[in-house]
Amino acid sequence: MIPLSWYLALSAVLFTIGVVGVIIQRNVIVLFMCVELMLNAVNLTLVAFSRFLGDMTGQLFVFIVMAVAAAEAAVGLAIIISLFRNRETLNIDEADLLKL
Amino acid sequence: MLKWIVLAPLIGAIINGFFGKRLGEKLIGLIASASVGVSALLAFTVFFTKLLPLPVGERVITEHFFTWIKVGNFQADFAYLLDPLSGIYILFITGVGLLIHIYATGYMHGDPGYYRFFTYLNLFMFMMLTLVLADNLLLLFVGWEGVGLCSYLLIGYYIRRQEAGDAAKKAFITNRIGDFGYMIAMFLVFTTFGTISFVAKGGVPSFLEQAAALSPEAIWTFGTMTGIALLLFVGATGKSAQIPLFVWLPDAMAGPTPVSALIHAATMVTAGVYLTARCSAVVVKSPTAMAVMAVIGAATAIFAATIGLAQNDIKKVLAYSTVSQLGYMFLACGVGAITAGVFHVVTHAFFKALLFLGSGSVIHGMHEEQDIRRMGGLKKYMPITFATMMAGWLAISGFPLLSGFFSKDEILWKTWSTTALPHGWGKFLWVIAALTALITAIYMTRMMVMTFFGESRFGKGHGHTDHHGDAHHGDDHGHGHHGDPHESPAVMWVPLAVLAVLSIVGGFIGVPAALGGSNHFEHFLEPVIAHVVPAGEATHAVPATVEHGGAEAHSAAPASTEAHGDAHHDVGTERLFTVISVLLGFLGIGLGAAVWLKNPLKSMPKLLENKYYVDEIYETTVIQPLEHTSRDLLWKVVDVKIIDGVVNGAARTFAGLSGILRHTQSGYARNYAAVILIGAIIIIGYFGFLATR
Repeated sequence: MIPLSWYLALSAVLFTIGVVGVIIQRNVIVLFMCVELMLNAVNLTLVAFSRFLGDMTGQLFVFIVMAVAAAEAAVGLAIIISLFRNRETLNIDEADLLKL
Repeated sequence: MLKWIVLAPLIGAIINGFFGKRLGEKLIGLIASASVGVSALLAFTVFFTKLLPLPVGERVITEHFFTWIKVGNFQADFAYLLDPLSGIYILFITGVGLLIHIYATGYMHGDPGYYRFFTYLNLFMFMMLTLVLADNLLLLFVGWEGVGLCSYLLIGYYIRRQEAGDAAKKAFITNRIGDFGYMIAMFLVFTTFGTISFVAKGGVPSFLEQAAALSPEAIWTFGTMTGIALLLFVGATGKSAQIPLFVWLPDAMAGPTPVSALIHAATMVTAGVYLTARCSAVVVKSPTAMAVMAVIGAATAIFAATIGLAQNDIKKVLAYSTVSQLGYMFLACGVGAITAGVFHVVTHAFFKALLFLGSGSVIHGMHEEQDIRRMGGLKKYMPITFATMMAGWLAISGFPLLSGFFSKDEILWKTWSTTALPHGWGKFLWVIAALTALITAIYMTRMMVMTFFGESRFGKGHGHTDHHGDAHHGDDHGHGHHGDPHESPAVMWVPLAVLAVLSIVGGFIGVPAALGGSNHFEHFLEPVIAHVVPAGEATHAVPATVEHGGAEAHSAAPASTEAHGDAHHDVGTERLFTVISVLLGFLGIGLGAAVWLKNPLKSMPKLLENKYYVDEIYETTVIQPLEHTSRDLLWKVVDVKIIDGVVNGAARTFAGLSGILRHTQSGYARNYAAVILIGAIIIIGYFGFLATR
């Protein structure tokens, strides 16, 4: 049986890739995928712990996260589409109206 | 029934106020006079058929209209109280008011603001009747403020004239100072007695009964009663134009003459005397307050009388005369002769309303000329006005057997023989009052001589009418501005004639016992007026206040026998003083006639002509400093520098701070993500740190 620590290590790696991607990437789509990656890294942790502890609550959480992620994907993609229509770009740094 | 006495003029005011613009002059005048007429009719009916038949000690009729304020044990109702005091007041208010309304329909003829004038006048009648019929201090205050408002509106009636507006503001602001005293007195009454009602309500005796029952030895009684009485007197000085708040009344003459007659001579200005008489149970508990009242009254009387000597505006002479006569009334209240004060209120209402209306008739006939230096010889042009004004003149001068003679003589005698003040004060105040009587006769004679006798002094310089007088804007009298003086129409001289008759016979309701009368007036009022404790004696005052039941009659009886005892004792002296005051009146008339018949334009001392510079003194000591502090300190320093500085400073601080903070907003989404990450790491690190410890 694969020990718990392997799952956690994999999850940490995935999460870090997501974080770094969000910070260094400029393409909105990629950025978006990085966010999904982070969510799934957390999901993996939850499932692993759930299995390890024999408690189903963790897996229940995963369902909630997936539902939220689905909603977030719908909203996020809508924003991306409207951003592209207005700006003809997917570069996140060009959407900077909030700056002074 | 009582409420309709009060409400009838209000209905008139509402009709004229809302629809008057579309009604004709005749109809407006009819509505206004009829509403007051209804009120007068009801007042006389109630007085003679309901109040008089009651037994002497129980002459109280109350009527609950509706409960107005009820909070905790505080209760103020719209409820009316008719007793001998308010009964006398409603009689002369509605009676004289009706006459003046009729007169005004003639006097205001052709004025563009006709409906406005009668709306205000009716509203005034409503407020004045509310004032005198109120059964508690708060409702009285409603009327008190209401008449002040109407006075303001009517003084400033000629809205196009600057001085009318100024005079209106002056009257209102001066009265506010007095009202402040009244309000504090009212609060003090409530905290002391737990009620502000003049009649017992819900088992709680009225504050007048409670005050009357107080033991004079109680140390706190003296202080609190003095406080209440003096504060009420502050209110009275404002409304009744006593020193130091009298300055508004002479200026109030900028209003139309019927207003001067109704509000500023006969009714409103005597509200202070009414208040004193109504609260006499409190006032007599404080010898200090009574002394103050007597001294201020006497001082005002002589002060205003001397000013009246040198005025050249016919209405100003009468205005100062009014101030002076009001001083007499307060002198009477102060020496404990409150019934004599009220008696003088009534006779004064007759002859002063007469004199004012007569002066209005003169002004009308002279085409808005008010300066008596440009009159003279009018008696052949205006015989009726002259004859009626003669009656008023002789009455105020104290001509024997006319109304003013009886009331003034009563006050003079009561002042001399007072027991309410320390020994000797009465004699001193008598000298002042007698001197005032002499001066009164002189200046009234001067006014009459300059107006009606001698050569006529008009016709040559008619160019200066423009800045004088009740300029009737849009004056369309058919005879232009340069005709001879003419007699006024019947609608104006009939009220004059009625008032003249009243001025002549009005005094017979109160002929003192020493002159063979039985002083009905005093005996009628006696049950509602508290009796004075002679100075230095700590006897229990007679609780003679408004209350129901037989206890009243029982307590009033010994007091009146006591009064009779006094009267018999001093009959000789009293008659002697009557002779003295008659002589003073004749001396005054003779002096006035001798001086001014010979030289009607005799110049008077500048000091008197300029009213002792009181207005200038107020200007430099009160108004200027106030203005300077307001402008140079409150506005330019406190408001601009401090208040605005604090507000603007706060705004600038936040603007500066946010100028720094705004740099954190780069607008790059990835920056924000990085900040969130750092925050998350810090929090996780912190919890990790806590866990490892």
